[in-house]
Amino acid sequence: MSVVLLAWAVLLAQLMLLAAMGCAVVRLLLGPRAQDRVLALDTLNVNAAMLLLVFGIRTGTSHYFEAALLITLLGFVTTAALSKFLMRGEVIE
Amino acid sequence: MIHAAELPVWAAVIVAVLLLLGAGLALIGSFGLLRLRSFYERVHAPTLGTTLGIGCVLVASMLFFSLLQRRLVLHEILIAVLMVMTTPVTLMLLARAALYRDRVERNGSVPPPPGVRWEGGEER
Amino acid sequence: MRRVLPYPLIALALLLSWLVLAGSASLGTILLGGMVTLGGSWALASLAPPRARLRRLAVLPGLLRDVLVEVVRSNNAVARIILDPAGQGRRQSGFVQIPLDMRSPQGLAALACILTATPGTVWVEYDSSEGIMLLHVLDLVDASEWVRIVKEKWERRLMEIFE
Repeated sequence: MSVVLLAWAVLLAQLMLLAAMGCAVVRLLLGPRAQDRVLALDTLNVNAAMLLLVFGIRTGTSHYFEAALLITLLGFVTTAALSKFLMRGEVIE
Repeated sequence: MIHAAELPVWAAVIVAVLLLLGAGLALIGSFGLLRLRSFYERVHAPTLGTTLGIGCVLVASMLFFSLLQRRLVLHEILIAVLMVMTTPVTLMLLARAALYRDRVERNGSVPPPPGVRWEGGEER
Repeated sequence: MRRVLPYPLIALALLLSWLVLAGSASLGTILLGGMVTLGGSWALASLAPPRARLRRLAVLPGLLRDVLVEVVRSNNAVARIILDPAGQGRRQSGFVQIPLDMRSPQGLAALACILTATPGTVWVEYDSSEGIMLLHVLDLVDASEWVRIVKEKWERRLMEIFE
């Protein structure tokens, strides 16, 4: 009972997260301006981290957790650096 | 998913609902990126996924692994703390960068810098 | 004490997150985590951030509860706005200028985090010379209503904690 229920929920959640990543990729490609693309990239990062967490539940191992933690950390640094770049034209002043 | 066989049904229901809720919020938020009209409106959309969305998935993951391994698994809290501290910072930086770029171009839809009155731009 | 452990609360949080990440509380983990915490504290002390004085922590639980309620409520509201089949025609979004009385940097940072973490509002800019904050609101009906919400719901209680 709980296996079937969880299997379906995990599958559905993964499909929804993939669709969410698809939306973000479309916005990433459409733009129209650089800040739209950076925002889409940030959303893509968060969705990827959530997808990894769901993968972890699917496989029952907590190894995916560390990958999700790394993605959120790297996503923060990337977005902060890109925003800085948009504002000043250089990352390190 | 064989490992989940030992999970009690009530826990499986809660985990399933939280997963679907979290993924659904992330989907709505990302859909908002496509649907909303201007950049400043789109900034609001991903916040759905980064607050309640990932929160639901993290609680589901904590509950699932705590019951499965029969010990308290709390390391998901670290991602939650990280998200709470970093999301506002990234969105603020991005909004400020966008505002700066629009001001440089004298785009009339954004307010002028404090203490400055634009001759051409409309006053809001 | 201050020289060995310049920021005791931050050091404690660092040690706790180390233990949670390692998933155990054995002596070895605590010793290693303690060394990492000491190093982190000294690194932070060399940056010399302005020290926060926390007063009236009794306000904190109620504030956290209200933030949680507000996050859930505005998640629902923004989801409805995005999925609204009538399209995006009638709704107005815009900038609101809010004069703030709070000057404590930690309090302002906390206010910025609260406002940006709730979907539908984003803190955009703060002018420290005049104390005016610029907020972008997704569903803007009445600007003066937002000034009232920010000042009475959040700023007053944050000032009680940080000033």
